[in-house]
Amino acid sequence: MIAYIVRRILYAIPILIGVNILTFLLFFVVNSPDDMARMFLGQKHVTEEQIEDWKTERGYHHPLFYNTEEQGAEKFTKTIFYTKSVRLFVFDFGRSDSGRDISFDISQRMWPSLAIAVPQLLIGLLVTISLALLIAFFRGTYIDYWAVVICVALMSISGLFYIIGGQFIMGKILRVVPISGFEDGIFGIKFLVLPVLIGIVGGIGSSTRWYRTIFLEEINKDYVRTARAKGISEQMVLFKHVLRNAMIPILTGVVVILPLLFMGSLITESFFGIPGLGSYTIDAINRQDFSIVRSMVFLGAVLYIIGLLLTDISYTVVDPRVRLN
Amino acid sequence: MNSRSAILIIIFVAFLLNACSDGAWNNPYPSEGKGEGDTKNVIYSSFSERPKRLDPVSSYSSNEYQFIAQIYEPPLQYHYLLRPYTLVPLTASRLPEVRYFGENEVLVDEDALDSIKYSEYTIKIDQRIMFQPHPAFAKNVKGESVYLNLTVDELDDIHTLSDFEATGTRELTAEDYVYQIKRIASPYLHSPIAGVMREYIVGFDEFRKQASEKYPNPNGGWHDLRDIKLAGVSVVDRYTYRIRIKGKYPQLVYWMAMPFFAPMPWEAEKFYAQEGMEERNISLNWYPVGTGPYMLTENNPNLRMVMEKNPNFHDERYPSEGEPEDKANGLLKDAGRKLPLVDKAVYSLEKETIPYWSKFLQGYYDASGVSSDSFDQAIQFGSGGDVQLTDLMKEKGIQLETAVTTSILYMGFNMIDPVVGGDSEQSRLLRRAISIAVDYEEYISIFANGRGVAAQSPIPPGIFGNIEGEAGINPFVYDWKFNEPKRKDIAVAKQLMKEAGYANGIDPKTKKPLVLNFDTPSAGPDAKAQLNWMRKQYQKLGIQLVIRATDYNRFQEKMRNGTSQIFQWGWNADYPDPENFFFLLYGSNAKVEHHGENAANYSNPEFDRLFEKMKNIKNGPERLATIKEMTYIVQKDAPWLWGFHPKAFSLFHDWYQNVKPNLMANNLLKYKRVDGAARQAKREAWNKPNYWPLIFLGLFLLVSLIPAVIAFRKRERSTLK
Amino acid sequence: MFGKPVFLITDLLIFALVFVIIAFFIYAMRKPHLRAPWRQVVRSKAGVISIMVLLVYISIAILDSMHFHPKIENSSVEGEEQYNGEIQSVFDQIVAEIRNSTEKTYSAPFAAYLFAKETVQLEDGSKLREHPRLKWGGVHLDNPENEKSADILSLAVTGIVKAFIAWLVLVALLCLMLSLRTKNSLSTVVKNIVHGESDIPWRTIATTLAILLLVLLVGAEWATKYHVLGTDKVGEDVLYQALKSIRTGVVIGTLTTLLMLPFAITLGIMAGYFRGWIDDVIQYLYTTLNSIPGVLLIAAAVLMLNVYMGKHAEEFASLTQRADLRLLFLCLILGLTSWTGLCRLLRAETLKLREVDFVQAASAFGVGSTQTIFRHILPNMMHIVLITIVLDFSGLVLAEAVLSYINIGVDPTMNSWGNMINSARLEMAREPVVWWSLAASLFFMFTLVLFANLFADVVRDALDPRIAKQ
Repeated sequence: MIAYIVRRILYAIPILIGVNILTFLLFFVVNSPDDMARMFLGQKHVTEEQIEDWKTERGYHHPLFYNTEEQGAEKFTKTIFYTKSVRLFVFDFGRSDSGRDISFDISQRMWPSLAIAVPQLLIGLLVTISLALLIAFFRGTYIDYWAVVICVALMSISGLFYIIGGQFIMGKILRVVPISGFEDGIFGIKFLVLPVLIGIVGGIGSSTRWYRTIFLEEINKDYVRTARAKGISEQMVLFKHVLRNAMIPILTGVVVILPLLFMGSLITESFFGIPGLGSYTIDAINRQDFSIVRSMVFLGAVLYIIGLLLTDISYTVVDPRVRLN
Repeated sequence: MNSRSAILIIIFVAFLLNACSDGAWNNPYPSEGKGEGDTKNVIYSSFSERPKRLDPVSSYSSNEYQFIAQIYEPPLQYHYLLRPYTLVPLTASRLPEVRYFGENEVLVDEDALDSIKYSEYTIKIDQRIMFQPHPAFAKNVKGESVYLNLTVDELDDIHTLSDFEATGTRELTAEDYVYQIKRIASPYLHSPIAGVMREYIVGFDEFRKQASEKYPNPNGGWHDLRDIKLAGVSVVDRYTYRIRIKGKYPQLVYWMAMPFFAPMPWEAEKFYAQEGMEERNISLNWYPVGTGPYMLTENNPNLRMVMEKNPNFHDERYPSEGEPEDKANGLLKDAGRKLPLVDKAVYSLEKETIPYWSKFLQGYYDASGVSSDSFDQAIQFGSGGDVQLTDLMKEKGIQLETAVTTSILYMGFNMIDPVVGGDSEQSRLLRRAISIAVDYEEYISIFANGRGVAAQSPIPPGIFGNIEGEAGINPFVYDWKFNEPKRKDIAVAKQLMKEAGYANGIDPKTKKPLVLNFDTPSAGPDAKAQLNWMRKQYQKLGIQLVIRATDYNRFQEKMRNGTSQIFQWGWNADYPDPENFFFLLYGSNAKVEHHGENAANYSNPEFDRLFEKMKNIKNGPERLATIKEMTYIVQKDAPWLWGFHPKAFSLFHDWYQNVKPNLMANNLLKYKRVDGAARQAKREAWNKPNYWPLIFLGLFLLVSLIPAVIAFRKRERSTLK
Repeated sequence: MFGKPVFLITDLLIFALVFVIIAFFIYAMRKPHLRAPWRQVVRSKAGVISIMVLLVYISIAILDSMHFHPKIENSSVEGEEQYNGEIQSVFDQIVAEIRNSTEKTYSAPFAAYLFAKETVQLEDGSKLREHPRLKWGGVHLDNPENEKSADILSLAVTGIVKAFIAWLVLVALLCLMLSLRTKNSLSTVVKNIVHGESDIPWRTIATTLAILLLVLLVGAEWATKYHVLGTDKVGEDVLYQALKSIRTGVVIGTLTTLLMLPFAITLGIMAGYFRGWIDDVIQYLYTTLNSIPGVLLIAAAVLMLNVYMGKHAEEFASLTQRADLRLLFLCLILGLTSWTGLCRLLRAETLKLREVDFVQAASAFGVGSTQTIFRHILPNMMHIVLITIVLDFSGLVLAEAVLSYINIGVDPTMNSWGNMINSARLEMAREPVVWWSLAASLFFMFTLVLFANLFADVVRDALDPRIAKQ
């Protein structure tokens, strides 16, 4: 087990290198240092000289991967890739193109994102799993049929519509919560209600339907029938056997979302003015702040790998039949 | 069971909400409990994009000026009420004295344009103006600076600027102004106006060279610029300094009303350059130090920025003279009162228009612009086409101010393109035909809700050289009819196309419809409709318009390389002078050849000659005549479709007072006044929570549990069987 | 003919897809074990209803995929016909009337007047503020206030009559065909259908057909005289936009999944089955791709495409071709970000299946790995693949809207529900609310996704070996 974990951690290194090279290439094709300089220096009265100066100052004047003008190891270290990407591996994100310390910003903006994402995930899971169990209990009846139809209907509505509709009804007509904004601490709860609610409602359709499918699959297995034949009550069957065995695919699904919790939701955060990492990323894309985007991609990758490791470990915990080696 | 938990959550949340604020539930400013924050002398406003930096040497966009113009004070400012825009002293005791020198330092007359070699501006500032309290000025009892020689260890407990306990202040001197001009010239601060200033300020390049020799490393700590000599800028005495420029450049005074020329104390630069400061994001870009009416006390650009009154602010009074109608509009009620009138201003980040607009209507923002989509809700046109507020707005006591902005949104032809550009008669006729076909009046009414004025020439209304009425119309595109300009009929344009050899839009070379490329950086929900509309306009002439929408970087690259054909761009006035618009068409400013701002790459020797003359003479009949001549030339050549001048509509609540649009000045916050008690009363009346539907929903869910429970029981029994 | 045909890349892919489906259909008809589950599909009511609705959508998408340069009338130069540079589709020709019926700006559904008041200049130069009449919608009425409802009703009646006649003809043909095939008398056939006593639910089919014909023909009747769903900001008919968006939705939903399926299935099963270094390599591949947040990857890719298109602008003769390339690219990149999810699921499932007795037994008996995979693993995976396809189909159609919000979706000039919703989100802030664009796009999208899901449910029930056992 421990050997497996160590192996997985070692194995994360090439992945991060891959991620790094890929994002570096992608964003450099799109956004050359010249573009960044112009973006930063503004639009009016910018001279070529200023752009050169800016590039030199921020280390963008080196070649991308291989510096022919230098000797020895400096052939590789005096390049944009080395100076900008390699330091990420020790979590030194450096400064953004507008001069702010990225680690500092990330450490500050992480909390609002989590404040939205964690309750959304937990309450969402609670609600959808119980709904799905309930529907599974009524399988084959009209309740089941209509519940699925409603789920499908909820799924077919765009997430943007939920946000617009939610702000329209809760904020504008009912005036129960502020339409947007954020505040630290206990007073912040009233700002979180609407985005969390919208997040849950938006996800109810697809998750419930998905979990129902998983439960039904489990219910049709022989061991469940045996258990039922033994006279165990239906609730017990559902809770003890079905729920427990269905946790494997559910966990797989949840862990895939885990990295996104930290990264925040791009759309929700910008609609509700929440200063989390999601809006940080969107802003960075819009203002083409390459350093921030790269840091966020790297962070996302690290979190994702941690998530994968956790899934695999949880497999063994939930289902002893799966062996790790 | 699920609905039960949902109800529990709703009840819990409702309880919490009720517990923590007894005012309106939806108040987005919760930490200031009832009564206190709302009746206070505070302005609530918003910003849509976090400012990139707040350093007067590099800030150049309106979202940055929104803050720094309240904090930093250049020597001059625009008068708040007077029109046309008039420069008045701010920290200066009077307007700069200008002397002109010819050969051998001989004084010459200002009209002797040919013999002027240098101009010299002498600026005298007021005494006893103090900087805002700031740790950089803090001194101990011995008179030594407390925080200017910190070690990294001493910064351990410091996270924001307010963690420094001691603060101090200092008197503003001429030295601070000179220091800032040196900062403009600094090779590492990237002032956007360095390129313009190096053309004029004497010794600019030498200074730059010396500075980069003395400080070869751009990042290594503080670059003390005090000892390096900038020949053209000198301190005369403690309160007087002098700027010497090459030739004549009357527009310099306008720059002196912009934050670029605001004072910068060297202590601040030294303070922020200390090791460990940048890692904590404590830098001049985020914590400005000025003499202005406000200081930035909370800077969280991800959420809100708060400015509070500077306790050391010098004695400035609300203007007592204005335009004739200002008195009737109540704009002179505060005449002679000490500025600023408001103690605090809270700016919240608001990116989306819907929440922004809703909060304005709920009374949580004091003023608002009008977006195209909230337009119908706010504004209607009266029977004579005049602008009025809708009843909904009137009911709330909301007021409206409108002003034609000093900017232009134009569509340019790339004049070095073989098809649409060039000086040939064929291309000129083609351009003129297109000028008629693209119906900007329709554009304004569809996409800007009528908030704009179709442009007749590059000069917007309100700027010297703009001519109103029949004499001012573009005779190649408009006729004067019913006392207003009327766009010529499309048949005229078709005739022009025929004369140009493109009958029915068929290109004689390919025998196919003429295909033109249109470059635009626009994207977003509205872009599709706009681009479709644009295509339709060209289709009227049989021209096929290919739209090449890209991101802004690519668009700029195309402009620099001159590979575009037709493009859309805009210009915002830096200062109220026709030079600032005509220079966009000046041959020596051509984008491709000279990297200037002339994106159309237009070049006409006669126009250029007149431009050089016009730029150096005073506003008067001679200047007007020259401008008329120049206008005719560009109208005839049609390098741009003149597009339109947007009109700014702003709405504000009746508790928000002293509102007069001033498009040149940025330091307007100090004039504003609010009636906090009136605001509090209205906010409470408008925001009564409407929670009954939620309680009904809860009850409905409870009731619907009953059949569910029955079904559950039944099902349980049936499966047991 | 209409003009000179043009084949866009997505057109070709769609035709290829249609060809594959038809080929599979013919092949499956001959193999009883493949035919059986599909038989079950057409025997379920939900199955036939959704097939019929989807067929309507797909036919529109296919018609809209036949592109050409229209001929310019009377323009032949030296005997050579001249073609317009613009690209149109056969579908555009069919609905040419509403396509060309643009107004100035917003008008409500069935309106005869513009939605907002405008200043109208009279002949004498004086100005008046009023709701102007539309240029096209309801223009045949002299006095819209009084005549409109009666006119709408009479058009509806005409439509109903047409629909009824068409329905009668079709149903009569059907009965005739059935009686010839089953060698039963015509009256027996009719009786069976009416009583719902047939294997295939013909009664349901006939009812659905009636409803579809009614909607289509009454709608068509109205659309010749009015803007049934109003007009948008630039006066373009919303119904036309919603119909044109069908192709975009269908292309994104189908091509994306199809492009990613081969990778996901092959790699997923290989990783789970062979484990060892193969597993490592495949995991490396998808983990690397998957760890880049999808939106950022899409953003970078779409921006890159923009750069490419900006630099090679001359290669794209028309906006349509540019938009098409962007659509294809979006499908590719969405496929690239979504295959990893399925791949992971399949790998996990394979890992689980591998431990199951019958697979272990198979390998103990020395059955080859290829055979094991195709015999035991793949069939036990098909339900996961199908569920993913369904979830993805709706998910992709919806994702398009979100991507449009950050300007990295389909080309802004392309008709799509995403672009429609995106513009409509600003319209919701208007007062009175302009709801028809949002409603139309939501309704059309909703119908497609709903019936696709229902169809998939039926298919799943039919195909899943574990469900089929019962």
